[in-house]
Formats: sequence, structure tokens, C-alpha cells
Amino acid sequence: MSDALVTLDRVRKVFPGSTKPALEGVSAALRPARITGVVGPDGAGKTTLIRLMAGLLAPTSGTLGVNGRDPVRDAGFLRGFIGYMPQRFGLYEDLSVRENLELHADLRGLAGEERGAAFRRLLEFTGLAPFAARLAGRLSGGMKQKLGLACALLGRPRLLLLDEPSVGVDPVSRRELWSMMGELAARGLTVVWSTSYLDEAERCAEVLLMNDGRLMFSGSPADLTAPMRDRTLQLRRLAGNRRRVLARVLRRPEVMDGVIQGHAVRLVLRPGAARPGLEELDAGGQAELVPVAPRFEDAFIEALGGGPGGESVLAQRLRPVRGDHDTVVEAVALTKRFGGFTAADDVHFAVKRGEIFGLLGPNGAGKSTTFRMMCGLLAPTSGTARVMGIDLKTSPSEARQRLGYMAQTFSLYGNLTVAQNLKFFSGAYGLRGARQRSAMAEMTEVFRLQPFLGTAAGALPLGFKQRLALACAVMHEPALLFLDEPTSGVDPVTRREFWTHINGVVDKGVTVMVTTHFMDEAEYCDRIALVFRGKIIAAGSPDQLKEQTASPENPDPSMEDAFMALVQQHASEFPP
Amino acid sequence: MTMWPRILTLIVKELEMLLQDRQSRMILIVPVLLQLAVFPFAATLEVKNNTLAVYNEDFGRESAEVMQRFSRAQAFTRLLALHSEADVRRAIDRQEALIVLRFPPDFSRDVVAGRSPAIQAILDGRRSNSGQIALGYVQQILNAYTRERLPPPFPPAPSTLGVRHWFNPNLEYTWHILPCLIAIITSVNALIVTALSVAREREQGTLDQLLVSPLTPRMIMTGKIIPAVLVAVVQGTIILLGAVLAYRVPFEGSLPLLYGSMICYSLALAGVGLLIASVCATQQQAFLGVFSFLMPAILLSGYATPVDNMPVWLQSLDWANPMLHFIVIVKGVFLKNIGFAASLRNLVPLLIIAIATLGAADWLYRRRFAFRAP
Repeated sequence: MSDALVTLDRVRKVFPGSTKPALEGVSAALRPARITGVVGPDGAGKTTLIRLMAGLLAPTSGTLGVNGRDPVRDAGFLRGFIGYMPQRFGLYEDLSVRENLELHADLRGLAGEERGAAFRRLLEFTGLAPFAARLAGRLSGGMKQKLGLACALLGRPRLLLLDEPSVGVDPVSRRELWSMMGELAARGLTVVWSTSYLDEAERCAEVLLMNDGRLMFSGSPADLTAPMRDRTLQLRRLAGNRRRVLARVLRRPEVMDGVIQGHAVRLVLRPGAARPGLEELDAGGQAELVPVAPRFEDAFIEALGGGPGGESVLAQRLRPVRGDHDTVVEAVALTKRFGGFTAADDVHFAVKRGEIFGLLGPNGAGKSTTFRMMCGLLAPTSGTARVMGIDLKTSPSEARQRLGYMAQTFSLYGNLTVAQNLKFFSGAYGLRGARQRSAMAEMTEVFRLQPFLGTAAGALPLGFKQRLALACAVMHEPALLFLDEPTSGVDPVTRREFWTHINGVVDKGVTVMVTTHFMDEAEYCDRIALVFRGKIIAAGSPDQLKEQTASPENPDPSMEDAFMALVQQHASEFPP
Repeated sequence: MTMWPRILTLIVKELEMLLQDRQSRMILIVPVLLQLAVFPFAATLEVKNNTLAVYNEDFGRESAEVMQRFSRAQAFTRLLALHSEADVRRAIDRQEALIVLRFPPDFSRDVVAGRSPAIQAILDGRRSNSGQIALGYVQQILNAYTRERLPPPFPPAPSTLGVRHWFNPNLEYTWHILPCLIAIITSVNALIVTALSVAREREQGTLDQLLVSPLTPRMIMTGKIIPAVLVAVVQGTIILLGAVLAYRVPFEGSLPLLYGSMICYSLALAGVGLLIASVCATQQQAFLGVFSFLMPAILLSGYATPVDNMPVWLQSLDWANPMLHFIVIVKGVFLKNIGFAASLRNLVPLLIIAIATLGAADWLYRRRFAFRAP
């Protein structure tokens, strides 16, 4: 392709001290004036690829050209050509929006007439003009990204490299970022946008789909999803337990993949397979199979060799949880203030035994604060958080024995081995002797950790880290599981496997409380509380929330549509 | 609930973390060995191998004789001859010499005539300490010379001073340094093991993982304190062995007393470390915290400068410095064989400090640690 702006030819990158290449045999061509998505789970090599294009890294072998030049050797020439926004953009939180812009303008040597014009143009473009005097540290996640973008755009680059710009950005701001980028691309800017959100891939003109350091696909998203046409179906109006229905669906040989979507089950057939019979799925007399549009994720799953199946070995080993508390988790008028800022405002909810309850909301909305108060990590300013009838603040240890907790970021001991971590966490929950050994052996088998027992936990591949974290959280057979953004950044197959386990343990009577900003994960919940600006602005089953926002223009809104509508409705009724 | 198996689990985890990889094992051992090898030579107040400059305006036999004696002294391995006032200024300016001695033109004549001539000594005020010590040597040499040279109507001195240095008869600096090293090196690691590891757990989110488990803040604290004490005792033992075996510092006292006070001392430090960690969100802050405690603690410990020279208010403040007390005990046990009763004067404050810091940490951790903002 002669018109390509960025070319990659068999690029390989191995970091010193690592035997596994971060990138292997990546060849691609990026065409100008469009948005190219670099899509893939965490650890796929997206950041490495972007940093190679930015000239911050040199490839171990293979060649890379930006506008026909070598980004490392001709770094001086390309400096003005490339705009780069790393994952955590170097904003100075104690400087105002304008001061940040001025600093970056100074760094780029932008002076005189042009400087003022650039400021006006970018502040207007990003909608930050009214906030020019505000400290960067006090901007929302979305506004911070816009400011970072403005700084990266200062030198009028022709190639803009964005490394996961939508992380920590609420769906509303995310849409704004996308439309801003679309506008810039239309004006001739070449944008590279890396993301682990597969739904974003569909908005790109072209994608590079990455997994485990390899390029799995490059081309337009439509080309990738085309083979999936007529293979994606939704099982609607089903009766009975939807988690059991999903398990039955996944047991069918003709089904490649399936997920829960509210009260429906979405399934993907294997190539050439016929639809399963409704009576075999035993989903009730009313059930029907409706064709739906294929998604990027379906194609990714197929490229990875299909979904993980529907059986949870973990759940099979678990003893059913019986308890007398119908309400397992309860928040009553829960409020948390940090100084003048109210992070959680009069939050009420109750979670019943055997239920998956989700707190859904953008970053910074207060869901983490609420979650931390519920598991006793944060003291509420007022109100009570009760777990199994006990206030965790006052009577901790006995109640905690029955909790399992999985943190958002990997928070096991990274330099201890897998076996040492298992031993430590089982010991911390009071397992000893034969019971400890059998629990450790079970977890090793269920999560297939055997080959990694002697590996440092921090060096595990992401999917296994996450399995280990779940293993450590459920080893002592808790009655209640707290999961904080459990599958953020993992590949879709691992995410399905994870939810298969969760569905399985819930079936045994375990209660699950989960926070998420993924619409996918929200669909698995029995009930969702939508958290926005510290308040619960809507609560109900995923389908109820969707129905609430159905309109003549959009009769069948997705979870994200529902989320956006509810947030905008709230924002217009209660301006900040 | 069974407490000790869980604490044991915590301790095992902590020690595994410390000993897991080569790198962290090295960090525990290598600095100790390195300091053991280097410190006793580097950190000495003895003045050796310095340069003495002489501006001799006298050309007689007597001044040559005095200079002969200087050149034999161990303190001055180099003698620099100067020839003008400007030379004198330059020698001090450029730190070419520690002391400049100036013999007046009629020095020899005066000595022969039985008068006592004056010699001028110019010292570098920037190196006042070593200058003073070197001047002492100069005076000793001059006194000896005067006694021999002055003609017999030399009045007998009314009394002579016989000096004996008890406990360290030859004033060996290693005898002073090595016991102090036990206190200094063990404190670095005891603080780091507590403060930094708590901060690291907070930074990496494992602290949350512990806090949602049935482990109580007190168990978590104990799980930090005991490994710190173990590390301190092992390192203390290495230095003790090095001092006795390699440097031949005599060990006069009781081992149980030494180890008892070492444990008290490391408990006090663990308390300080936990207090530092309770106000730090990151390892970096904890590191700064450790150093802002350690520097004044060492400077005010009596290791480098005598505590008695400090103003009274500072001395009373210094009572709270655990290192001060521990150094007194270590040196006492090492060189003087002080008994248990005599050590109480410092052991009791050490215990009080340990109880106070651990108590404060316990109070803080039970109240705030468990419910800390993210």
C-alpha cells in the first residue's frame, strides 16, 4: 500500500529480561486520514506497538516507517509530525487547564500569534473553554483526557497516537471523544486509538486486532464480522433460571459462545451449524430465537477458538450455601463525604441471598466508595452498611470469615509464587493442615494452575492472574463475594470463563456484589444500581432499566443506551 | 478465633517476601557486610596521614630538629615546606595542609639562649575537629622537645599527668565504632521492613485484601513487627560476630542482656516504622519518612558527637531517641560488662519508647488503618 502513513513489516519486540516477545511478526499498513483502532485485551502488545510508532522504542527486528521515515532514527524530524498521548497523560494536577496548555506549548516551542490561536482553537474544540482556570486535578476523567488531547494536538501533528484514551472515561464523554476524533480524521488527521473495549472497535475505520503479541486481524471491522452474519441469535422470553438456560445453551455442540443479556441469552453458532431446537434448550413455552446483529467480540471469540463452555468446575465442588439471612447485604442511608465533596449520597439498597447485584457507573461516580464502605474498608460518614446482618465496622472478624473479595487491580503478592499466595490466603482464612492442603489442591485443579505453582504471581499472564485472584477469594467457601471491576481488561474468553464460575457459585446460593463500568458485565447482574455523582439514580433489573428508557426512536435500547439516557435525564433534572 | 496460626501465616509470608528473590536477599545482607568492612576504617576520628606545612624563617639547627620529630609522627605523613606568607595562605586555602607551623627567624637563637620562642600555628577552621586533634599531637611533640632541650635550670614540673584510658586502653576507634554499628545498621532495616512493607501493601492493594479477611489490624501489625525483629537480630548478630572475630573487639558482657535489649530496641523501631507507615500512602513517602527519622536519630545518638555537648533542652528531647539508649547499652555490654542493674537506666527508657510507639501504632491502626480513604 503506497499511500500508507505508517507501515510495519514483521515487527518483533522482545524486552530485555523477558523471553516472550511483546510483539511477534506484526505487519500492517495504516492509511492516512482515518481512525485505526489497535484493539485487544491488556497485555496484547497495544502500548508497545504505539510506543514503537512514537519512536520511544526500537523494534528488536523488522522495520517500521512513519511517513516513510524511521521513527527512532529520524525522531527529530518526526517530533512535530507525531502527537502522542500516553495512557496516563503527563498533566500537572496542581496547574490549571490553561497553565498545562502553556507548559506544553513551551515544551513544543510554540510562541507568538500562533500560540494564542492554538489555545483558543483547542479550548473551544474540547469544550474546556469554561474550565480554563480550573486545576487539572479537579477535572473529571473525561475532561482530563480532553485536556491531554488538547496538549497532544498543540503542535498540529499529522499523526495522533492515543494509548487507551477511553479508560476511566464515562460513556457520555467517551462518545464525545469519539466524535471529536471523527471530526479530526475527516479534516485529514491520522488517528491511532488503542483500546481494550471491543465495542469501540466497531467505530474505527480499520482495526488491528491484537492478542498475546500477535496481530490476529487487520482490516475493516465489517470484514471481520461478516462471517458471523446469520450466526448470532438471541433467546428471548425465556422462562426459568436464565443462568441454567445459558449453561444448557452452552452445552449444545452447535453453539460456539453465549452470554446473558438481561433476561435474554445471546448465542453464537458454530460455522455452518443449524439452530438448536427450542425444546432442547428447555427455556419455556414462550421462548423464541431471534436473529441479532453480529458484534466485533463474536469475531474475536471465534478467532480465539470459541468460548470456554458453560460448566463451572468450581461450582461443582462448592457446597450449597444455606443461610437464614434473606437480605445478605444492606445499605441504609449510606453517605460518605471527603471534605466538601460528597462521594456517596444517601445510598440505599438491599441484596438477597443468591443474587448478583451490580453497581454500575462511570469512574469517579462513587461506586468504588460505596463498595469500599460495604466491605468495611471505608467508614461511612453516616448511615450503615450491613453484611449478613452485621455492621462490618463494629463486629468485623466473624463476618469477614464469610466474605470473599477480589480487588479491581491485581492485588495478590506479586513476588510470591502462586503456591505461596494460595497458602497465605488459605492460612489467613484459618484453613490448616489437611483442609488447607485439599483446598489448595482443589483450586489448583479448578483453575488449572498446576504448571504455574512455582511462578511468581506477578509474572503470570493476565488471565491466570485473574484466575488466581478468584481462587484466593473463594478458597474458604465464602457466602458472599465482593468483586470490584473483576474482568476489566481481560480477553473475552477469560471473561466468559470468569462469569461461568460466578453464575455457577450463585446457583449454589452465594451472593455476589460487583462493581463495573462494563455494560456487558452489567447484563449478567440480577439487579443493577446505577451510580452517578454519588447517588443511585436508577435501580432494577437490566431489562427494567432498558425498558425505562425505550422510546419510539429507540424501541430496543442497549444497556449503554439505557445508561446514557438515564444519566442525561438525571443531569438535566439536577444540574450540578 | 485461632490467632497464632494466622499470625504465623503472616510472618511466613513476610519472610518469604524478604527472602524470595536473590535481589531482596542481597539487599538484606550485602550492605551489612559492606558497612562492616568499610565503616570501621572510614568513620574514624583519629587523625592520620595528614599534611603538616611548615614556613620556616629560621635556618638554625633547632627548628630542623623539631621538624625531624614531626616527620616521625604518625599523624603527619607529609611535610610541606613553604617559603612565603602567600604560600601559607594558599596551603590553607587549597586544603593542602591541615596545619601550618611558622618558626620565627630567631627561633634557634632564642632556644640556645634559653628563651622560649613562640611558634605560630595556623589551623583550617573548616576542618576544626581534625585540626584540634592534630594540634594536640603538635603540642605533645613540642612539649617533649622542650623538656629535653631546655637547659637544666629547668624547673621541675609540680606534678605530672599519667593518662590511662579505661575500657579502651589504646583508644582503638574500632572498639567504639563497631558496637555503634550494631545499633545503626539494625535500625535501618528494622524501619524499612516495617514502614516500607506496609506502604507497599497499601500501594499494591494487598492491604485491602488483608483488611477484608478475618485478620485483625493487631494481627497484621504483629505480622510486621516480628519479622522486623528477626531481621534486626540476625543483622545484629552478623555485626557482633564480625566485630569479635574479624576486628578482635573484646566482648566483655552478657549475651542475654545484649539480645534482650536488641529485641527491645527493634520493637521500638518497629513501632516507629508502623507510625511512619500510618501516615504514608506510598513507598516513596515511607522511604522519606524513614530517613527523616533516621538522620536526626543517628546524629543525636551520641555516636558521632557527645550527647553532653548538646543544649539541655535537646538532651531531654533526646531521651525519646531509642538509638541513644541502645548505643549506651551495646557499648556498655561490649566494653564494660555492665550488669543488668546498670543497664536499667537505659533499658527502661527503651522499653517505655517501645511501648509508647507500639501502643500509638496499635491505636492508630485500629482506628484509621482499617478505614482509610483510597
